Amino acid sequence: MVTVTEAIVDISGLTKTFGATRALDGLDLTVTRGEVHGFLGPNGAGKSTTIRVLLGMLRKDSGEVRLFDGDPWGSAADLHRRLAYVPGEVNLWPNLTGGQVIDLLGRLRGGLDEERRRELIERFELDPTKKGRSYSKGNRQKVALVAALASDVELLVLDEPTSGLDPIMESVFQEYVERFRAEGGTVLLSSHILAEVERLCDRVSLIRAGRCVESGTLGELRHLTRTSVVAELARPVAGLAELPGVHDLDVEGNRVMFEVDTARVDAAIGLLHGAGIRSLTATPPTLEELFLRHYGDALPAVGEADAS
Amino acid sequence: MTGTTTYLRTFLRRDRWHYLGWTAGVVLLYYSQAVSVKGLYTTQAEFDKAAASMEGNTAFIAMAGPARALNTIGGQVMWQASAFGAVVVGLMSMFLVGRHTRAEEESGRDELLRASAVSRHASLTAALTGALLANVLVGALVSLSLVAFPLDAPDSIAVGTGLTLCGWVFTGTALVAAQLTSSTRSMYGIAGATIAVAYALRAVGDVGSSWLSWLSPIGWYQGMHPYSGLRWWPGLLLLALAAAATGAAYVLFGRRDFGSGLWAARPGPDRAGPKLATALGFSWRLQRGPVIGWTVGTALLGLAYGSIGDDVGTLLGDSATSRDVFAQGGGSLVDGFYAVAIAVIALVGAGFTVSSALRPRAEEDEGRVESLLATGLSRRRWLLAQVVTTVVGTVLVLLGGGLGLGLGYAMVTGDGGRIGPFLLDTLAYVAPSLVLAGLARLLYGVLPRWASLAWGGLGLGVVMIFFGPLLHLPDWLQGLSPYHHLALVPAESFRWVPFVVLLLVAAAFSGAGQVAFARRDVH
Repeated sequence: MVTVTEAIVDISGLTKTFGATRALDGLDLTVTRGEVHGFLGPNGAGKSTTIRVLLGMLRKDSGEVRLFDGDPWGSAADLHRRLAYVPGEVNLWPNLTGGQVIDLLGRLRGGLDEERRRELIERFELDPTKKGRSYSKGNRQKVALVAALASDVELLVLDEPTSGLDPIMESVFQEYVERFRAEGGTVLLSSHILAEVERLCDRVSLIRAGRCVESGTLGELRHLTRTSVVAELARPVAGLAELPGVHDLDVEGNRVMFEVDTARVDAAIGLLHGAGIRSLTATPPTLEELFLRHYGDALPAVGEADAS
Repeated sequence: MTGTTTYLRTFLRRDRWHYLGWTAGVVLLYYSQAVSVKGLYTTQAEFDKAAASMEGNTAFIAMAGPARALNTIGGQVMWQASAFGAVVVGLMSMFLVGRHTRAEEESGRDELLRASAVSRHASLTAALTGALLANVLVGALVSLSLVAFPLDAPDSIAVGTGLTLCGWVFTGTALVAAQLTSSTRSMYGIAGATIAVAYALRAVGDVGSSWLSWLSPIGWYQGMHPYSGLRWWPGLLLLALAAAATGAAYVLFGRRDFGSGLWAARPGPDRAGPKLATALGFSWRLQRGPVIGWTVGTALLGLAYGSIGDDVGTLLGDSATSRDVFAQGGGSLVDGFYAVAIAVIALVGAGFTVSSALRPRAEEDEGRVESLLATGLSRRRWLLAQVVTTVVGTVLVLLGGGLGLGLGYAMVTGDGGRIGPFLLDTLAYVAPSLVLAGLARLLYGVLPRWASLAWGGLGLGVVMIFFGPLLHLPDWLQGLSPYHHLALVPAESFRWVPFVVLLLVAAAFSGAGQVAFARRDVH
């Protein structure tokens, strides 16, 4: 599948150290125009650091970073007019209201869509007259989200944007991200809410310890992993254990359970077919399983929706 | 009261430097009065003459308190230090209470602790106890230092005790304020206003209708009349009010929800004005409050100095030392006095300059810079707008001081002709103030974590102005202070060269800070 696409974000071999800590260690990441790109990894993997380098807040040590084919360090302000950023931890000015902050950020980006601003405030059920100090974490995040989604930009950079939102607000958020993409926008979405990534993202990059360990469409990633199969057969099947790519085989009479490398599914099902399939369940790996496979030892609580 | 002692222990540990700082400041305030009065007048006749002149000065009485036994050292100490001492312990109590009650609640840290096995009132009681103890410490050390001076022991003990009780009253009112609003800033506003009202009531009362002084806890404290017919019963009023305020705070605490105040937070505008979304407009909006506050502060300070008029000679007495101090520049005594007054106003105003120059660091520390710099706003423009705000604010704060000085002087002498010159004189201090701002900017650009060291520059300036010549410190050391190079206007005539050189140094520091900031990581 070769298509010529324009890279909005193009990072290769990026390293960044803080004192003795190597936060990024040769990271690669490409986001092409029009896609929603999921950026996944456990806490401390380097997601936020990557985004901050991309926004010109942090200076890279080495590697190549291009944003809209420009240098994000040298011409930060010009590039920033074309994007909107929502940080994971939104801090507001205690004596400015949410409405004032939305206008402030929107205008500094070059203008707001008034109609959409009104609509977003209503949909997110945000009170724009409250002062920054009296918003909860979720409401602070809504302020930043409204400011970003109402801005007229090409790229959204979202760093765990829904960690403080309830499920209803999360689905409002997802709806607007989908609409943004439908209008031709590009999104870089860092998250560890896997259901959200599965619903929104076209492509995903998994990073661990400052490196990209896997990148591709969800389909491609699934291809690299195993499918679980449960089958009831007419008679016992032979040769399944010897088949390359089959793991964790469990046979109880005519019932077999096993996992098989997704690339080998065909051969395995062929064998089952020979033994007469009565019923068959084949489950492709969820993103959660994918995630666990990559980070299993480093991730105590996958699927926890709220990190706070 | 499960958990109270644990809380208290943490608070005392976290506050130990605060205790030390406030206590040292207040003790010095009282003790230095005793020392300076003793050194100022060589004969009792001279002292009597100065006292008579002070008793007749309404502005002084409004500032300090009722004039009693002013021809004694004890009387002078009580008069000059007690009102300010009470205000200072009031502020101390307010901050100690605020930082452990409303501020913790607002930040959400308290919630974490409260969810553990502690009783509901534990943090409140611990904060109260901590503040009460701090006031005991201050009062006890003030008493001790005065007894050691030596002044009459029972009266000196009353001075300290009354001060402690005053602090307790303001601890109670601060505790009430913490229950009323949900924001720490407004809590400080209410508690601070309470102190200001107490001070103002006694000022008006002491000058005219004396019953007003009896509405103020500071008036009660001064009504104990130490060194001039000591009586203890007004102390009981203080104790009763402190207990009543504290009790009220506990009742209110029981009636409100965690995190909220009894008064609902007021809503603000839902849209931003057109100016807010410009770099300069935004930076001004952030610092507008401090600029106004500090300008009013220096103006009041100037008013206080100015209201001494040209009566300076009588106040200072005939002792050679005092005349030497004020006539350093070789000009007249009055000019010498105002040169020192302007320097003091300038040093106070530099407090604004340094805190304003450190504002970008506070913004960065609190994580509010990232969202801004991720827009079309460049680092350079963001920081430059902050610099402009600091410069404009510094000019306003200094002009406020000069205007207050000129107006106070005009009120007492009927001569408005000094307003203009005083304004120009204070303006000369823009240069050293901006050197300190430049230093803060440089540190912020290069070593943001150490940016607060800029306060050290101001400290150096204070020490060098007041003690440099007295201690005969070497010239190069005094020369480190930007204030050292400036002419002591109006005692000396203004010199352009040091003024311009200081401005160039400030610009160089600031520019280097800008360049460094453009190159470093922003967090």
